[in-house]
Amino acid sequence: MNAPATTVRTPISHGSEWTFELIERYEREIAHIAASFGLDTYPNQIEVISAEQMMDAYSSVGMPIGYHHWSYGKQFLGVEQRYRRGHMGLAYEIVINSNPCIAYLMEENTMMMQALVIAHASYGHNSFFKGNYLFRTWTSADAIIDYLLFARNYIAGCERRHGEEAVELMLDSCHALMNYGVDRYKRPSPLSAREERQRQHEREERLQMQINDLWRTIPQFTLPEEARTTSRYPVEPQENLLYFIEKNAPLLRPWQREIVRIVRKLAQYFYPQRQTQVMNEGWATFWHYTIINRMFDEGLVDDAFMLEFMHSHTNVIYQPPYSSAHYNGINPYTLGFAMMSDIRRICEQPSAEDERWFPNIAGSSWQRTLDFAMRNFKDESFIAQYLSPKVMRDLKLFAVLDDDRSRKLEVTAIHDDAGYRQVRRALADHYNLGSNEPDIQVYDVNREGDRSLTLRHTQHRRRPLHGDVNEVLRHVARLWGFTVRLETVDGDGRALQSYSCDAPPRGQSS
Amino acid sequence: MPQIIDRRLNGKNKSAVNRQRFIRRFREQIKRAVAGTISQRSIIDIESGEKINIPARDINEPRFRHGKGGERETVLPGNDAYIAGDRIKRPNEGDGGGGGASRDGEGTDDFVFTLTREEFMEFFFDDLALPNLIKTQLATNVEHKLVRAGYSRDGIPANINVVRSLREALSRRIALRASYDRRLREAESELSAVSTQQSDEEENPSTEDNVRALSARVQSLRRGRQTIPFIDTLDLRYNNRIRQPRPTTRAVMFCLMDVSGSMDESRKDIAKRFFILLYLFLKRNYEHTEVVFIRHHTAAKEVEEEEFFRSRETGGTVVSSALELMQSIITKRYASSDWNIYAAQASDGDNWNDDSPHCRKLLTDAIMPRLQYYAYVEIKPDEHQSLWREYQQVAAQYRNFATQRIDGLTDIYPVFHRLFRKKAAA
Repeated sequence: MNAPATTVRTPISHGSEWTFELIERYEREIAHIAASFGLDTYPNQIEVISAEQMMDAYSSVGMPIGYHHWSYGKQFLGVEQRYRRGHMGLAYEIVINSNPCIAYLMEENTMMMQALVIAHASYGHNSFFKGNYLFRTWTSADAIIDYLLFARNYIAGCERRHGEEAVELMLDSCHALMNYGVDRYKRPSPLSAREERQRQHEREERLQMQINDLWRTIPQFTLPEEARTTSRYPVEPQENLLYFIEKNAPLLRPWQREIVRIVRKLAQYFYPQRQTQVMNEGWATFWHYTIINRMFDEGLVDDAFMLEFMHSHTNVIYQPPYSSAHYNGINPYTLGFAMMSDIRRICEQPSAEDERWFPNIAGSSWQRTLDFAMRNFKDESFIAQYLSPKVMRDLKLFAVLDDDRSRKLEVTAIHDDAGYRQVRRALADHYNLGSNEPDIQVYDVNREGDRSLTLRHTQHRRRPLHGDVNEVLRHVARLWGFTVRLETVDGDGRALQSYSCDAPPRGQSS
Repeated sequence: MPQIIDRRLNGKNKSAVNRQRFIRRFREQIKRAVAGTISQRSIIDIESGEKINIPARDINEPRFRHGKGGERETVLPGNDAYIAGDRIKRPNEGDGGGGGASRDGEGTDDFVFTLTREEFMEFFFDDLALPNLIKTQLATNVEHKLVRAGYSRDGIPANINVVRSLREALSRRIALRASYDRRLREAESELSAVSTQQSDEEENPSTEDNVRALSARVQSLRRGRQTIPFIDTLDLRYNNRIRQPRPTTRAVMFCLMDVSGSMDESRKDIAKRFFILLYLFLKRNYEHTEVVFIRHHTAAKEVEEEEFFRSRETGGTVVSSALELMQSIITKRYASSDWNIYAAQASDGDNWNDDSPHCRKLLTDAIMPRLQYYAYVEIKPDEHQSLWREYQQVAAQYRNFATQRIDGLTDIYPVFHRLFRKKAAA
């Protein structure tokens, strides 16, 4: 730790009770320290809520305003059940990527927890939302609350006009494809609820016209076989299934297209979060740790506060080993915090090994290095770039290959000189959404025949699709309105397996 | 400057709508689960929320995912035994050895959640085709009445208790005056002492000053004593009223059931719902409700609920044995007039022919005069036998004797029709 920057002061409070005045005073000190470390944040809005409200927030994926859907009810019942029976504590905090950045504090928390959450969420996560390139590119914090409100009102309006059941079916189908409603590379236009509303009406009208146009091409003559295969539609395979459906599904009504669009927009909004879990949590954890320690150095908090803090902090970053009954994957807090702290260590006290592995950052300014890392990476590239041999040794990471062709699992690399690079590569790949989710793209629409939609799944390392695929295809068929096929091909484009699903009878889809 | 907002008073049931939607969507599954619990639950604690299990695959939200197979390289923490090149036996599913494998495995775990009491009752009533009025009557909590319960320090002006308030004011005045009175007495006696002294002696400026000071003090103490208010807000006392459940009487419910071989599980299930309905009704209307279970074949026996629904006997059926036992229990334990006695009998209609007239005599002569209501159901009988005919005669004589043939759950309610109508009108 740095030497105390100022003279030792008296602690802000003793004991675990909090009051609004105390929260304000802690917040002021934390803000002061955060600024001295150069954290750039959106303005903060801190809301104190009860445990029940936390459960509500929990079950709507943290959105403060959500449209109604049974799946959120399911989520709520599950959370409630586990919480009531003591199987699970609630998360201490929820923070929303918006401007101002909204963080929830639970009323049951102690003063220490409130301070921790403020440091963690209102300064850690908040600065990450503002700084990281994915969030900057893909989400617009200024508009999200308005857009959520627009979405909820719009869907409620649809329920009144078209019946709850029709809307629910629509949402079910869209949710099934939510992970495929994302543009991975193209930057979306920023959201704005006002413009959305303005344009939404025109869009309804115009879209319907365009779609009809697409199908007006009555074949004058039969094309030769080769000619037909070359004129595939879409010309390039499309990765954004929901976008393709929104723009091209022949039978959807305008309001249905709008719902597809809403789900797609929300998926896009959450996409950066899914890609930066380790970094985001690691960053926030690193900063609450650093800020609270600085407060202790300055004498702003007492020993009891610090002991309680260390206890919570240790719980948060606990990583059970693979052989433990509690093991449930790698804890993103642990990994993120270890890596962030390690980058600081490499900058401040580089070892000979670090000089070899990270010549560029060893000995540089840790604040600038961390800031650069936070701004320009996502989990996959962050790990590939910064995971150091020391962290691998500390966490005792090892890579195991599970190949269904061999009878046994094979340990391919461990935390030693021969294995560092491979472990790092394998771990980075863990966080590559592209290889975690099956690669499924829109491949072709049979425009001249039965209007069927063909999706193509390109296998990654021979991994097959889960049995859910037939269910999902039913949803795709409901959206598309005609037969939907899915073919699985291997890396060389050879067909391996195909699935298909006929459209439901007309009445149901509208 | 950040904004800190207290949202604790905002609505907390934001998820209520989503919850309802979930329940509506999986109505069938939940109904099945509720039917399962009714058969397992005791009649007496029918009214509480219930943990419901739904197979997770029924409510799964499908997504494109990877299945098992292919190549998969995972990174695990906490290596304690391996070096590169080691080959490990494939762990069993769910051991966590395969990283994401446990997530992709066919999870057959049930989705568990708790229905609230209201939701549970709604599902329970669902099959029984109860009129809405009855449903609300049964499902809502007991009516309350306001009774006096002492006095409180706050309340509405209409409830001010004048006598109490003035008594408080008086005691406050006495208490507050005490110190003024004491000091006044001292000052006055001092003053009189000084003034007698003054009259004795010659004019002395210092004593004159003293007299002036003392009389000023007496004046100010008198004034202070007068400023004590006659009545103050903290004297006010209000009549306090609290809500008390209205029913104040006791009831006992006799459950009589034929347990001969012909009563199979489905009949017992109907019988159980029949008993539950009567129990719910009684519980609404009486503060204290006891239940007596009597099962019979050729001989009757008082049993616990568990045994009542579980056991099954073979052999003939003599209904009068149960009626006799009931009569003797009434005489022994529920003789006093403050017990309201209800009886519910379920049977498949079999009875030893010569016994039926005896049953009728027992009922009309000894039992019915002491009973509030007697409900008899014949569950899925092949055909009506002598017992039914004899009971019809009893029904003709007593208006509070109801009989019904039951083929399905919806037939249960009419048995209680008159019972509920009477109360509903009241």
